[in-house]
Amino acid sequence: MLQVENIHTFYGLSHILFDVSLTVSEREIVCLLGRNGAGKSTTLRSVMGMTAPRRGNIAYKGSNITGIKPYRAVRLGIGYVPDDRRVFADLSVDENLEISERVPKGGVRHWDRKRVYDFFPALQYIMSRKAGLLSGGEQQMLTIARALMTNPEFLLLDEPTEGLAPMVVRMLETQISGLRDTGLTVLLAEQNQKVALGLSDRGYIIDNGAIRYHGPIDELKANEEIRKKYLLV
Amino acid sequence: MFAAAINKRSFGIAVTLLVLLGVLPFFLDRFYIYLTALILVTGLLATSLNMVLGYGGMYQFHHAVFYGVGAYACALTLIKTDLPPYAGFIVGPVVAAAVGVIMGLICVRLSKLYFGMLQIALGSLVWAIVYRWYSFTGGDDGLHGVPVPDLISSINGAYYFTLIITALCMVLIYLIINSPFGRIFQAIRDNPERSETIGVNVKRHQLVGLTIAAFFGGVAGSLFVTVEGSVFPDLMFWTLSLEILIMCLLGGWFTFLGPMVGAGIVVSLQTFVGMYTEYWTLIMGIILILLIFFLPEGVLGFFLERFSSREQAMSAEK
Repeated sequence: MLQVENIHTFYGLSHILFDVSLTVSEREIVCLLGRNGAGKSTTLRSVMGMTAPRRGNIAYKGSNITGIKPYRAVRLGIGYVPDDRRVFADLSVDENLEISERVPKGGVRHWDRKRVYDFFPALQYIMSRKAGLLSGGEQQMLTIARALMTNPEFLLLDEPTEGLAPMVVRMLETQISGLRDTGLTVLLAEQNQKVALGLSDRGYIIDNGAIRYHGPIDELKANEEIRKKYLLV
Repeated sequence: MFAAAINKRSFGIAVTLLVLLGVLPFFLDRFYIYLTALILVTGLLATSLNMVLGYGGMYQFHHAVFYGVGAYACALTLIKTDLPPYAGFIVGPVVAAAVGVIMGLICVRLSKLYFGMLQIALGSLVWAIVYRWYSFTGGDDGLHGVPVPDLISSINGAYYFTLIITALCMVLIYLIINSPFGRIFQAIRDNPERSETIGVNVKRHQLVGLTIAAFFGGVAGSLFVTVEGSVFPDLMFWTLSLEILIMCLLGGWFTFLGPMVGAGIVVSLQTFVGMYTEYWTLIMGIILILLIFFLPEGVLGFFLERFSSREQAMSAEK
């Protein structure tokens, strides 16, 4: 579904991603593991077109989307949940969802507000509350819900569990694996090994802007050495 | 959706206000009727600015251009064409919106302060053309004695015409702000980058918003022609833009009626303090400084906040 081929991404003069390649097939959950500053978020931002790669190619469903405008990426069916989970603070929960509502070209409307509320029941009770007043976990649910409202076929999740209480993390975990059952393809960037290894089919490890390891999740689980080398602080 | 946007109490307040304004000509002197009409026109102008400034977060620094263009287009239609007289009141806003599209296409490529700076530059260009083109726009002198249709040429006629059109436009602006389009606008204000990642074409949204604001600015301009019967280049000079910006800040730019309140304060100050001294801006400057210190949310914002916190306290006691 998504092919990233040898991309190099820069922030101004600093070279962040070196020759990063990865593929995600349909209906897969693939995780991108790495420490802080390894280049996880930058990879997702590159796919989304927010920081376009200077070299290399990104293809989505066979067509080239390198350096696409973010809103176009959304209209192609790519959903994005940013890592700093900034909700639109002055709008209510319901309004946050309302403005995100759209169907990609040639896509199907799987998600409307009712289904989103069914999926995240907690949001229903606070639908008229200003989004800026929500707790971290609620805000994270809202950003995922917001991305779902764009009816994506492919979801980029950037550290959904960052900074949340263990109990909330567990709940999000079940919900993300529930997303797979709805037929969604997910690329998950994570620092939290436990969450990522539990959810994914395959894994990539990124360190210092380069992919260091790639394989099925069971191999990665078994390979203590490589996890120690690249993931432990 | 619109039913939810209008709550009972604010609807009641709006109707009471309208009735009050409607019976005003039976009690007040002509001068005050004229002044109220002027406040309504300026308030509509400030509200149209606030739609993009307060709700859209765009630094629309030269909104007066659309006011002036609307006024001139309306006046020129009335003077120089054979079109039916009321056509001027359609031509004015439409031409203002057209200028809005052209300026918007250039300006929305930039953001924040750069957007505002470019707009001042382009707007001053429009002003310069109007200021120099004596044979068409009357240049520095402006155009006087515009033949306004009979029905609305008397002071009361002009007042009621202004009141009705202003009320209509305020309702329209309110509905726009509370529509999904308006919500997206507020989302763009909060975070343009994030808005793009939920599939919003930010630039196009800003362009559409600017055009709508320009249209209502043009409506205000046409109303000015009715009230005043003349137009002059000062209507699109950048100092007026600054004044309406101040009205928005003064009244409270995160509240819907704030700019209208601000317009009332500024226009009254200008008129009454202006009777005693030509340095009325000095007084206004002092008021503005006090405001920044004590009422950073604006006059209306301040009262709304007190009101709602008292209400919350009351419901908490129960």
